[in-house]
Amino acid sequence: MINFKLPELVKPFFIEIGELAYFAGKFFKEVFKRPFEFKEFLRQCFYMGNRSLLLVGVTGFIIGLVFTLQSRPTLENFGAASWIPAMVSVSIIREIGPIITALICAGRIGSGIGAELGSMRVTEQIDAMEVSGTNPYKYLVVTRIMATTLMLPILVFFGDVIAIYGSFLVEYVKGDVSFVLYMNKVINILEFSDVIPSTIKSFFFGFAIGLVGCFKGYNCKKGTAGVGKAANAAVVYTSMLLFIIDFVAVFVTNIFYDL
Amino acid sequence: MIPKTNLKPIIEIKGLNKSFGKNHVLDGFHLQLYEGENLVVMGKSGSGKSVMIKCLIGLEEFDSGTITIMNKNVSKINQEELDEIRTEVGFLFQGSALYDSMSVRENLEFPLRRHTKKFGKIEDTTPMVIEALRNVGLENSINLMPNELSGGMKRRIALARTLILQPKIILYDEPTTGLDPITSKEIILLMKSIQEKYKTSSIIITHDIDCARVIANRMILLIDGVNYAEGTFEELAASKDPKIEAFFK
Repeated sequence: MINFKLPELVKPFFIEIGELAYFAGKFFKEVFKRPFEFKEFLRQCFYMGNRSLLLVGVTGFIIGLVFTLQSRPTLENFGAASWIPAMVSVSIIREIGPIITALICAGRIGSGIGAELGSMRVTEQIDAMEVSGTNPYKYLVVTRIMATTLMLPILVFFGDVIAIYGSFLVEYVKGDVSFVLYMNKVINILEFSDVIPSTIKSFFFGFAIGLVGCFKGYNCKKGTAGVGKAANAAVVYTSMLLFIIDFVAVFVTNIFYDL
Repeated sequence: MIPKTNLKPIIEIKGLNKSFGKNHVLDGFHLQLYEGENLVVMGKSGSGKSVMIKCLIGLEEFDSGTITIMNKNVSKINQEELDEIRTEVGFLFQGSALYDSMSVRENLEFPLRRHTKKFGKIEDTTPMVIEALRNVGLENSINLMPNELSGGMKRRIALARTLILQPKIILYDEPTTGLDPITSKEIILLMKSIQEKYKTSSIIITHDIDCARVIANRMILLIDGVNYAEGTFEELAASKDPKIEAFFK
């Protein structure tokens, strides 16, 4: 007799999805309620933005550099080397910049949030906030999700600019292209339909990073092992969610293109 | 011992049940705390003491029973009312639970700034912070971070943070656990002096017999989730019941 166990296997997955949806719903309920924790929100923006700047910058620079170095020989063979700035520009702005920056931030910020809130849960700091009659969700979760949602598009923009500059350096050395000419080609090819969807997508990426990091940390099971698991799960789940959001975003954008 | 006649309990627990799966932690537990009283709840590790105190303050949901704090049934009130009750009930955590990203000053200011209903909008919190720190003898630690404090200092700062909201009731979850005997004694005396100064009522969860001897007006022995025995320290210490004797040996 075949013992069909699939529902039992997928049950925890659906419970987790439900809990995450409830957690997200609570965010929208709390975000407009007073008191607003502006000071903590600004502190989180500073930590997340400022501390990720170097990592995003270095990664963006290397990606721009490598992308151009790798594609140049092939394009040269077809006599299309002059299209490099346009190609780099569209690929970085539309796809590579947002997704790479978001993945870096999932590792850097998402795991940080998961570990921080997880250790606060384990050491009863969240309980201490609750028994003092304050709202830990509002202070810890809302501020962090708001900060990631706001900071990610800024980091993406910064990463894009650095990546394009990295690409320019290769073109400057190998193709003897001036900075003004290169930037003209980069900007001329771009349309609002390239920039706006990727910017909107970045807000969603930021929201996902904050949401999953906070969800995993806030609901961390007791014990130090739980903190490690929360940090790890925050990165894994966020990375998966980023690709799903990216797919949906591209799908929706293409529908608009077709119209 | 506090005379109970004509006194209405400020905390009353009736028939409290709590299970984690098949593990029945609390089985019809009951308790009354009267004004100005120090009630010690004693029991072995895993007997449900901490679960009981967490149910009391709303950190843990219970299966059945009633908990009344200052005439309000906690299972029938909304979050806002619960938060208001929480400003009248201080909680000292076993591990101190100081916010480690904040300095001592910020730790004490944190609840103060968020209770504008009780205290109004406070422009300068410094006098209240210093007063609370003076009560625990650590006014010079105001700018230190939690990682710069010893275990005993952390416990005192946590007590100061509890006191700053001027609660009527303080719940202590194993206040001397993890401390050396000298520091434990200091904390016990500090708890006693605070109770005398502010006329607070307290529930103290402990298995430290010295703590119970100094501070208890009344004691409850919690064994296997039920009230096994109740009385003054002297009454229980004189008991010939082997389960009770085991605590006092």
